[in-house]
Amino acid sequence: MFYREAGDFKTSYEADSQTFPIAFDRYRYWVILAVAYLVIPFLINDYWANAILVPFLIYAIAAIGLNILTGYCGQVSLGTGGFMAVGAYSCYKLMTSFPDVSIIIHVVLAGVITAVVGAAFGLPSLRIKGFYLAVATLAAQFFLVWLFNKVSWFYNYSASGQISAPERMLFGAPVTGPNTEPWVQYMVCLVFVTICAIIARNLTRGTLGRSWMAIRDMDIAAEIIGVNPLKAKLTAFAVSSFFIGISGALFFSVYLGAVEVGEAFGIQKSFLVLFMIILGGLGSIFGSFAGAAFLVLLPVLLKVIGVDLLGWPTDLVSHLRLVIIGALIMFFLIKEPHGLAQLWRIAKEKLRLWPFPY
Amino acid sequence: MKLKTLGALALTATFGATAAMAELVIPDLSYRTGAYAAGGTPFSDGYQDYFNLLNARDGGIGGEPIRIVECETGYNTEAGVECYESTKGEGALVYQPLSTGITYQLIPRATADGIPLHTMGYGRTSAADGETFNWVFNYPANYWDAASVMINYLLDQNGGSLEGKNITLLFHNSAYGKEPIATLNALAEMHGFNFSELAVDHPGQEQTAQWLQIRRERPDYVLMWGWGVMNQVAVQEAANIGYPMDQFIGNWWAGAEHDVTPAGAAADGYLSLNMNRVGDMPVLAEMQSMVVDAGMGAGDGSNVGSVLYIRGMYAAMLAAEAIAKAQEIHGVSDITPAMMRDGMEALDITEARMEELGMPLVGPAFSVSCQDHGGSGLGIVQRWDAAAGVFVALTDYIAPDDSVTGPLIAEDAAAFAAENNITPGCM
Repeated sequence: MFYREAGDFKTSYEADSQTFPIAFDRYRYWVILAVAYLVIPFLINDYWANAILVPFLIYAIAAIGLNILTGYCGQVSLGTGGFMAVGAYSCYKLMTSFPDVSIIIHVVLAGVITAVVGAAFGLPSLRIKGFYLAVATLAAQFFLVWLFNKVSWFYNYSASGQISAPERMLFGAPVTGPNTEPWVQYMVCLVFVTICAIIARNLTRGTLGRSWMAIRDMDIAAEIIGVNPLKAKLTAFAVSSFFIGISGALFFSVYLGAVEVGEAFGIQKSFLVLFMIILGGLGSIFGSFAGAAFLVLLPVLLKVIGVDLLGWPTDLVSHLRLVIIGALIMFFLIKEPHGLAQLWRIAKEKLRLWPFPY
Repeated sequence: MKLKTLGALALTATFGATAAMAELVIPDLSYRTGAYAAGGTPFSDGYQDYFNLLNARDGGIGGEPIRIVECETGYNTEAGVECYESTKGEGALVYQPLSTGITYQLIPRATADGIPLHTMGYGRTSAADGETFNWVFNYPANYWDAASVMINYLLDQNGGSLEGKNITLLFHNSAYGKEPIATLNALAEMHGFNFSELAVDHPGQEQTAQWLQIRRERPDYVLMWGWGVMNQVAVQEAANIGYPMDQFIGNWWAGAEHDVTPAGAAADGYLSLNMNRVGDMPVLAEMQSMVVDAGMGAGDGSNVGSVLYIRGMYAAMLAAEAIAKAQEIHGVSDITPAMMRDGMEALDITEARMEELGMPLVGPAFSVSCQDHGGSGLGIVQRWDAAAGVFVALTDYIAPDDSVTGPLIAEDAAAFAAENNITPGCM
């Protein structure tokens, strides 16, 4: 009944190749955008912005980035935390060196710088694959964190090694710093997420995305049919790092406001984003959102249920959270290796036939 | 159905928060899990138990009951922000996050929201400049005081001169560990000792390389800025290479029972600073009988009387005294965070008052003013007696060299004020 192509006629190639060819899907997409842009900003408060929505949006960008590299191009990366740190520190250096330039430009430039660094660390992928590549990206993770801890130029020689975002305005409203209104934080992140998701979605549907997927599915066969592995792998690293850099820059400037590289961008951040795309679904933009939402919301939800409603001790709830997330990851790997995105695909198939399945 | 329940949960989470204000709300951003739980648990137990004692014995403060809201951070800054945002709506009077990383997060947020922040012996040292940091307090002492106290102790041990000595700082590679470096560099120049740094990365379980270097270079003294599992490993490694314990000095976050007991008898003689005295006090017996034995303790009761338990209790006492002060200034019992700030700024801790509270000489006598949020900065040196299993105070309170820390604080506060467009001044 839902999600049917029947009766949805297309009269041009553009209409036929649009992102959501099914009318019902398209309406759902517009409704979600309308709610996100026109309803939530008026309802949001500090808690929802800082504890749930802003981290969700920022992690969604990081997950999209990693999904391009790992899900679409098949290159396993454990360097996400390090690349986010590159984004955060470049944003900080740009913010403090050029205080008059708009923060939006700084965030985008931070993404570009991260793309260059990511492409450089992607060079080994031309020679090594799989586990060995994972170890090479792990080296990037540790090297970058060490670098930002060691060289005081990156944190402007502050005594503590912390970087703090100074207040920056956009259209007269503060975007970074403590006086930021929650809806401003939310809207800035939302605009970035929307643009990033549209770019990522269209990249993966085009020539570049198809060459990534060819490399992922079988690199030798891809090379024989004319896909240039150098170009495909390095663009995957660059585009992925661009998104991760943007998320790192927003994570530092809009969300936390002050970070310390070892604590905020350590190896656990790399694993967190990797879990997001594994749980959400490899090779799916929707999966990046689902995974990010799941791993950001779950701890908060468990806390609300365990501590606020049931009155359990906080340490017990915190330990339970680790157990539950661990168990869920194992469950998904065994029962649904394609993640939440696959569940959504199955649900859509079922909805097509509902209420008369055969 | 499911969605409805979730929605209801979310609603209670946000709107339930703004109800009921007729009590003193004290959030406790604790960490009983993770690599730093060994230190976080006794501190939080002591902090909560003291407030529970006030509730059980005196019916709160000034007749107003205290409600503690505990939130687990796991020493993680993102969780710390979530905890802050979820508790601030309940009318939180003062935050004590016990983490330098979370403190840096909260300084701008708490300042913007008008909620005082008390970072006792940790956090941002330059917050001692009360004219720049109106809402942040770090009395009775800070990291730079600690560094200076250590050097003053060593000066005393060496007949007033450290000329040509080699001193190494072993530090947690984070904002916390990096804090004393600037002070120690200034002191090295002043007293002519050679200062070197050795960083240990989070969480601090891997220190073989650092101790190999210490073994090779044999510095005269090793100072440590450690926390959590890093302390235990460092003491064990020092014992392994046979580094003399009486030349190994930890700061006040690296001097609790659980740091030294894993190394057994080999840890005997390990030195550390303390900002408060430990030992038997009348108030501990009251806490044991009226809180822990009555089943109202925050933990399992095994930490009562330990170094960090007493420090948590000391922190709670300072907060409770500030609340009482605020009630006295404003003449109301149900105070707001802004009144709490006034109370903290007018705080005056005397020896007679500590005696009265059942904790004689637990800390130095000090008073807070608008200009000085840092307290006296005094610290004692304590020595671990492995056979008896207690820390024994080796010295009386040692004063830091304010001529070194003062200008550094002024400089850092001025930089912060310039960066954030703050015009220093009293509120």
